[in-house]
Amino acid sequence: MMTEFTPWSAAIGGILIGLGGLVLYLFNGRIAGISGITAGALFQRGGRGWRIAFVAGLVIAPVVIAPYIELPAWHVPKLSIWTLVAGLLVGLGTRWGSGCTSGHGVCGVSRWSMRSLVATIIFMLAGVVIASLFGGVSYVTA
Amino acid sequence: MSQHNQSSGAQIVAAFISGGLMSAGIAISQMIDPVKVINFLDVVDHWDPTLLVVMASALVTYAIGYALLKRQRKPLLDKHFHLPERTKLDKGLVFGALLFGLGWGIVGYCPGPAISALHLGAAGNWGFVVAMVVGFAIAHFKPLNG
Repeated sequence: MMTEFTPWSAAIGGILIGLGGLVLYLFNGRIAGISGITAGALFQRGGRGWRIAFVAGLVIAPVVIAPYIELPAWHVPKLSIWTLVAGLLVGLGTRWGSGCTSGHGVCGVSRWSMRSLVATIIFMLAGVVIASLFGGVSYVTA
Repeated sequence: MSQHNQSSGAQIVAAFISGGLMSAGIAISQMIDPVKVINFLDVVDHWDPTLLVVMASALVTYAIGYALLKRQRKPLLDKHFHLPERTKLDKGLVFGALLFGLGWGIVGYCPGPAISALHLGAAGNWGFVVAMVVGFAIAHFKPLNG
């Protein structure tokens, strides 16, 4: 499936992702790791309020901006055993590995964290290898 | 990790704005579309470097802000910063990152975009997120490092 290289919207979106991370750091003193915050919102005993609010922001924002910004039709994966296997791997891996693309890849690497740099290199390489070899998931336009 | 700390109203608002900004960025940059992500990771077919620009832009933005805030003693809405305490590499980090990368490369969703796409109401996306939450739960109750 072809997609077009979209550098301008990518740069603007990246700035928003970085700013979102900075808001959580400046106001709440927290690293904006999406996997850890979401898992904490669901399974942690205390301090869930701000985590639930963060996840709510994640869910709602695309709906809020949709009337103001022209966005293309996105793809979604078809439901299959591979979609579920991938979800399970992402859930297990991001918790055992203490972070995902946001916490390690953006915040951690920016903070010169050795752990985050190593984690980011490993998950990028693993992602490149499996995506280049495997093509078992099909997509539809949402 | 501190337990039973009640979030203040202001902290809740800040967290909501933070999540909202990140998700808006994920949508605008099209990282919400797993085909864009796969077309970056799959270096054999239809290579699309968009993800690289998103990562670089987010990294530079966060790094500049973080450097500017270096002298900040404490966050605006809390008594102290909550930064990761672990600094050494361990097998949980390596094994976890490997599993995450494999899952990411199969479908093209990492946690943020998968959650941002929930509003689309697509079975494949919801199935992925439910499976991911099961993974969170297993890892939460069976941690690898102590």
